[in-house]
Amino acid sequence: MSSHEISEAEDKLPEERGAGSAVRPAEDPFADPGLPPHEHRKQDIDERAAKRSERTVALLFTVSMLATIAFIAAYVAIPVDKYIYVFPIGHISALNFALGVTLGIALFTIGAGAVHWARTLMSDVEIADERHPIEASPEVKSKVLEEFHTGAKESGFGRRKLARNTLFGALALVPLSGVVLLRDLGPLPGTKLRHTKWAKGKRLMNYNTMQPLRPEDIAVGSLTFAMPEGMSEEQHDFQTEIAKAALMLVRLQPENIKDKRELDWSHEGIVAFSKICTHVGCPINLYEQQTHHVLCPCHQSTFDLSDGGRVIFGPAGHALPQLRIRANDQGYLEAMGDFSEPVGPAYWERG
Amino acid sequence: MKKLSARRRHPLAALVVLLFALAVTGGLYAAFSPSEAKADDSSAQSLAIEEGKKLYAVGCASCHGTGGQGTSDGPSLVGVGSAAVDFQVGTGRMPAQQPGAQVPKKKKIYSDAEIEQLAAYIASLGAGPVTPTKSQYSPDGADVAKGGELFRTNCAQCHNFAGKGGALTNGKFAPALDGVSPKHLYEAMQTGPQNMPSFPDTVMPEKNKQDIIAYLDTVNSDKSKTPGGLELGGLGPVSEGLFGWVFGMGAMIVLTIWVAARTAKAKKS
Repeated sequence: MSSHEISEAEDKLPEERGAGSAVRPAEDPFADPGLPPHEHRKQDIDERAAKRSERTVALLFTVSMLATIAFIAAYVAIPVDKYIYVFPIGHISALNFALGVTLGIALFTIGAGAVHWARTLMSDVEIADERHPIEASPEVKSKVLEEFHTGAKESGFGRRKLARNTLFGALALVPLSGVVLLRDLGPLPGTKLRHTKWAKGKRLMNYNTMQPLRPEDIAVGSLTFAMPEGMSEEQHDFQTEIAKAALMLVRLQPENIKDKRELDWSHEGIVAFSKICTHVGCPINLYEQQTHHVLCPCHQSTFDLSDGGRVIFGPAGHALPQLRIRANDQGYLEAMGDFSEPVGPAYWERG
Repeated sequence: MKKLSARRRHPLAALVVLLFALAVTGGLYAAFSPSEAKADDSSAQSLAIEEGKKLYAVGCASCHGTGGQGTSDGPSLVGVGSAAVDFQVGTGRMPAQQPGAQVPKKKKIYSDAEIEQLAAYIASLGAGPVTPTKSQYSPDGADVAKGGELFRTNCAQCHNFAGKGGALTNGKFAPALDGVSPKHLYEAMQTGPQNMPSFPDTVMPEKNKQDIIAYLDTVNSDKSKTPGGLELGGLGPVSEGLFGWVFGMGAMIVLTIWVAARTAKAKKS
């Protein structure tokens, strides 16, 4: 306290020291300074400027109207298959370009006109909106609470326990009807997720040519896609079924196959794996023929096709399902049954 | 006969005999020339193999072994065929500049004649895919729509739906396919360079390859049409989203600040 007084005294020049008590702090350093004085815009004081602004706004809105008319005219007049060359964009559909440009102008000029109107013509006088406490006054509060207690007493809510408890029960059960209706979202999947179109004796059809594949067709280092015999794109459930049955075939040197079961299920080094990722079911076929790795483009799960389709990287939960194949009497590749486990991502009942 | 012998000392007799002899020689040559040309061709072939072997010994043997048997630095070339040589050397990938995840495309070093000689030598080591002829890889008259379907089934997983390329594991990548010549596209499908799997004729017939080449020619050339315009590299939602967030949102923020900014006053303060 005293040292503070001394230092304060030392700060001042000798002639000021005598009048030390004359320096007083401001009444309230945090007082609201209030709004700065309002300044007028040119449009507020000059009627001609205001008229000019109005004309600008009206011009923008008129341009918007014309652009809308041009949009309709372009839609009617320009054929769908007409292409034009626009410099940075390239060969582009004339109709798309015209519709985009006219609609863009129509929308932009409405916005630009509104903003110009607001900034130049609408009142810009600053006003202060005071905040008020949201709490009610004590009198109101006590009156409301008193009325509530009276009401609760008169209703007998605390005394008639049977009525109260059955009411709770009824209210708790009502939402169940909504839950039950969810059953209508569709029939239960049943065993659909466990089975594909592959079955014993179904030949492997080349996806490119729809011809049955022979072992000699598949060279080491090549990649081939196959579907089960008897499927065609005209069938109504083709997409549903191919989403489960899609198969990729690669040929490895038998001595490069590390997994015993994979070797047993292969034919002369030809191995057949499901094309559906076991993470969330993307089609995986980014096959690297030197490493025998196959990569999923969605989340980079990587599977080693020379080691039973083992997951070597990424979020996939289990190895790629392998299809057991052999060559039949006519020399065509055929499946020796369905996949031994469900293909694709894991699900609740998969176990 | 007597008439003929009587004129044997005629001043033009020598000329007649000369013409006759020339005609006979020419006729004989014409009669025998096909077989001679064939012999010539095979000798040209063996000459090409000889020349190719010399080029190989200088440019390739350090990695692929003196007889193309392969070493720890490079794979065996026995049975890769002339198509593989034409692709690898013709696109400048070989000779490789340095070891790495993937050998990229660069300026080609050998002339077309030298590439042919190298290809002849490698083809002589073991049977493999042969360099395709123009009628094999030309996209003329191929089915573009079918090609698109085939491309999406067999190629799009790595090379993107419009052939713009994509990333693989550990620094490897599938290159973009715009500007690649039809011949090299065909050879790549046939031989499966580096980590790309091959698509031999047994599973993807020549016709299918032509369709794919025609599809790429349609979507990736200077003439290709983009109905929407401004494809942003054709990379899909990533580049489009980035553009939307950076430029779209950026423009919105700037505009919002401007709308709420101080307006022009009559008196400068």
